[in-house]
Amino acid sequence: MFHVKHRDFDIVIVGAGHAGTEAAHAACRMGVKVALVTFRHGDIGVMSCNPAIGGLGKGHLVREIDALDGIMGRVADKAAIQFRLLNRRKGPAVRGPRVQADRALYQAAMLAEIESTPNLSVIEGEVVDLLAEADGRITGVALADGAEIRAGATILTSGTFLRSLMHIGSEKSVGGRMGAAASIKLADRILDLGLRIGRLKTGTPPRLKANSIDFSGLERQAGDADPTLFSFLHDKPFAPQISCSITHTNAATHDVIRNNLERSAMYGGMIDGTGPRYCPSIEDKVVRFAEKDSHQIFLEPEGLTSDLIYPNGISTSLPADVQQDYVNTIKGLEKAEIVQLGYAIEYDYVDPRGLTSGLQVRGVPGLHLAGQINGTTGYEEAAAQGLVAAVNAVRSIWGEDAVHFSRSESYIGVMIDDLTTRGVTEPYRMFTSRAEYRLMLRADNADTRLTPLGAAVGCVSAERLTEFNQKHDALAAMKTRLEAVDLPAKTLRELGTDVKEDAQTRTGYDALRLQDCDVDKIIAFVPSLTADHRSLVERLQCDAIYEFYIERQIREVDMVRANEALTIPRDLQFSSIGGLSAELVSKFEAVQPETLAQAARIEGVTPAAVVNLLAAIKRDKRRAAS
Amino acid sequence: MEDTIFALATAQGKAGVAIVRISGSRALDVLESLGAKAPPPRGSRLTLLRDADGEILDHALTLFFAEGASFTGENVVELHLHGSVAVVRAVLRTLGNGGIARMAEPGEFTRRALMNGQLDLTQVQGLGDVIEAETEGQRKHAMRVMGGEVAERIGRWRRDLVRAIALTEATIDFADEDVPEDVSHEVRALVTKTRDAIDQELTTAGGVARLKSGFEVALIGAPNAGKSTLLNALTKSDAAIVTDVAGTTRDIVEVRLDINGLPVTLLDTAGLRETDDKVERIGVERALARATRADMRILLYEDDIPPLWPIDKHADDMIVRTKGDLSGDHDAISAHDGRGLNELLAKIGERLSCRIADTGLISTERDQIALRAALSDLDTVLANLDFDDPDLIALRLRDAATSLQGIIGGVDVEQILDEVFSSFCIGK
Repeated sequence: MFHVKHRDFDIVIVGAGHAGTEAAHAACRMGVKVALVTFRHGDIGVMSCNPAIGGLGKGHLVREIDALDGIMGRVADKAAIQFRLLNRRKGPAVRGPRVQADRALYQAAMLAEIESTPNLSVIEGEVVDLLAEADGRITGVALADGAEIRAGATILTSGTFLRSLMHIGSEKSVGGRMGAAASIKLADRILDLGLRIGRLKTGTPPRLKANSIDFSGLERQAGDADPTLFSFLHDKPFAPQISCSITHTNAATHDVIRNNLERSAMYGGMIDGTGPRYCPSIEDKVVRFAEKDSHQIFLEPEGLTSDLIYPNGISTSLPADVQQDYVNTIKGLEKAEIVQLGYAIEYDYVDPRGLTSGLQVRGVPGLHLAGQINGTTGYEEAAAQGLVAAVNAVRSIWGEDAVHFSRSESYIGVMIDDLTTRGVTEPYRMFTSRAEYRLMLRADNADTRLTPLGAAVGCVSAERLTEFNQKHDALAAMKTRLEAVDLPAKTLRELGTDVKEDAQTRTGYDALRLQDCDVDKIIAFVPSLTADHRSLVERLQCDAIYEFYIERQIREVDMVRANEALTIPRDLQFSSIGGLSAELVSKFEAVQPETLAQAARIEGVTPAAVVNLLAAIKRDKRRAAS
Repeated sequence: MEDTIFALATAQGKAGVAIVRISGSRALDVLESLGAKAPPPRGSRLTLLRDADGEILDHALTLFFAEGASFTGENVVELHLHGSVAVVRAVLRTLGNGGIARMAEPGEFTRRALMNGQLDLTQVQGLGDVIEAETEGQRKHAMRVMGGEVAERIGRWRRDLVRAIALTEATIDFADEDVPEDVSHEVRALVTKTRDAIDQELTTAGGVARLKSGFEVALIGAPNAGKSTLLNALTKSDAAIVTDVAGTTRDIVEVRLDINGLPVTLLDTAGLRETDDKVERIGVERALARATRADMRILLYEDDIPPLWPIDKHADDMIVRTKGDLSGDHDAISAHDGRGLNELLAKIGERLSCRIADTGLISTERDQIALRAALSDLDTVLANLDFDDPDLIALRLRDAATSLQGIIGGVDVEQILDEVFSSFCIGK
């Protein structure tokens, strides 16, 4: 449809999934002109897997995206039909917001965001090639219809479209997800770049017709009465709230699956990609955990008006008749109709160790990769990478250095460092246990950690920054106020805490740290505090709880930061550094660490190697200075 | 701000003077915590060092080098101590427990000197090699020690800790899935096992402590089996009374001797027999109790048929026939003509040396400090297991693993996740 040459974009983004949309919006927030290329306009904002956003680790990522003024959190809030804060009764650092989302509402909210964004052009078409200059710099993309889109930087967010194969039993078909064509030509072009490629697999469950399910005898799970939203800008749900149902597999289900294992693509040896350990197919579960006679299934509604149910927990690559048989053995699903069969998909991914911390392909200026193509799984992981890739792509055309997201400051930093330093062996998903500074990286303080950084980078709007600054000041003022309140043991006991009668007098702030401190009682006791102050006091309580525990972490973080400040010159020849074993040289060359801290985290690196590397950095700096 | 660190700068062992170096912004605070006043920069002061309870550690010469004019470029305090193993140990332990400074990593002083520009690059060239040698030496030492029983023990700590962390992490990261809500029972069992093993390692198997206090070897056997005679022959002294009246030795006679350079206390115990004599019966009971506590037991007998062990036999224990000059048995020893005595001494020496090698793993003060830190973390976990949130429990378990890192290696998040995924069926 476009036969003219577009030369007037700063950034072109291929793919309008979660990584692509987040990237496009972020680049536009920084004030540049962006083209977002997608097969079909209707693909924008599609949730191709389960209808949920957030969770443990993942919810933290969404909060961080929101703190950087990204769109995923705002869109998810608008589409949410059930809010649940996971681990609500555990420590604040491991509480993860999660929502069930209405697919249609999600897509509508995402489309509205994209369409209302100034300087953002959505272009329908199939990208078949990358445009390159003689020196290898990527300068845009070519479409199937011959049109060319020229841009300062290109971000590929093409998901599982690289050589993907779908499996239902022994039936195979080429394609990224149901109904989407695979970009074979583009895939070949990317494979030609000489990047290391790996193969992964993932699966989906069959989708069921809601009115064919008997919910009457099933356990219900309601959302939180007091919902926690993703966006720091939102305080209450937009859509009506619903409950979900839970059912279980049983011995009969397992018999059907066991009797048909050889007909599964996974077990028939037809798939060679590595699947995620944390999201096994039902075939996997039955084989690997043979002693369990039942597995949990969440029946997630796809939306308020949708007639589809996503049975979370039974992804499969068994043939159609077996899927139907085992589904019907399950309580409540005796008469369930399958609307869309479950399938497994295997696909190529690019080894992310070939990327810089700005997600640029090393040695290929102008080309950034984000999302599933880098070996990750999940909407949230994809969106966060889209944001990082966009910020750094924009900075690259401005001639500025990449922004470093530190492991000690954000889950985004943990993910980028894990991907670029350690690579992936299975689809990479965020867990809170991946963050060694977990107590400091909380969902509730994502704004404090990242909004100032986002503002400095230019991806945070003035309104967001103003709101953040006001909240920041209000928190500081509230802390001072609480610290000025003295609560003797007698009062503390009256407030319901379990302190001894001769316990020391505590300030209001210190009292927040007590095991059974009730924020509402503190508010009621301190004159001039009202229920409106509740969220501020709760936030301070989270800080107070961990204050003494993170001392050791802060020390470590300081050391990590000192080593992060030591950047390794890009042209440093690792092979010319004395005292490094050939093995270490090849490891350094493969990962191309950007800082001393990153080098030290590479598997197998010895303290001696770090010192030798440090000496080489210092030598190089001295030479550069003279 | 970097941590303040300390380490013994001179070689381990007996020497005229031992120097402990402390580097970092809080070096002077460390000195003050020992009850000493700071000397002027580049000056020295002779002063008493005391531990936290005010007990005197040593009368030491202290030196102070101010920031920018020291080896590392940071504030540096040197403690010139009397070169006794006990004094050095006590001082290092006091510093480690003080909480202001921590034990330096291998090569850390030099590394700081480099970071702060106190060394020029030509001096740095060889530094990597030095550190490599140091860590390689440690690795080899560990490998040697870890060849057998110790490797198994360490492997068990590692597995148990990884599992305890994995259980805790599973309740955090997979709270919404088919994971048991309450794992505290198994975590408690695993942590208790590990902390007890570490405690045991620290209290009974400290190689350095053993070298100082020595080993006890108990001679046991029926009356007149020749225990006292053997003791005298071995010690070439008249420390034990030797008579031919059965039941003469009623209390325990101790003699110290040196075997293969190891301090060994030989215990001559009362002959073991049923008796109506009240005093002798107490002697027999004591003999059995003491022999049980000893590091090694040698059961002596005179007749053709070896007796049954009166108490539990341990792997290193020996059974030896005496009075070979009378019986003509070639395997028997004789205190009278000296046959087999040197061989017996050699065997005792060999078996005890093995134990030193085996416990050498934590013979360094650094390892002991690491073990004590881990022990304290694990004790905190146990004390708070019932009411702490799992994020705090996981934090302390990981801290414990970090402390043990030098011995059991770092515990990687992938190993923890492996354990989670192999234990629980997770996945919606």
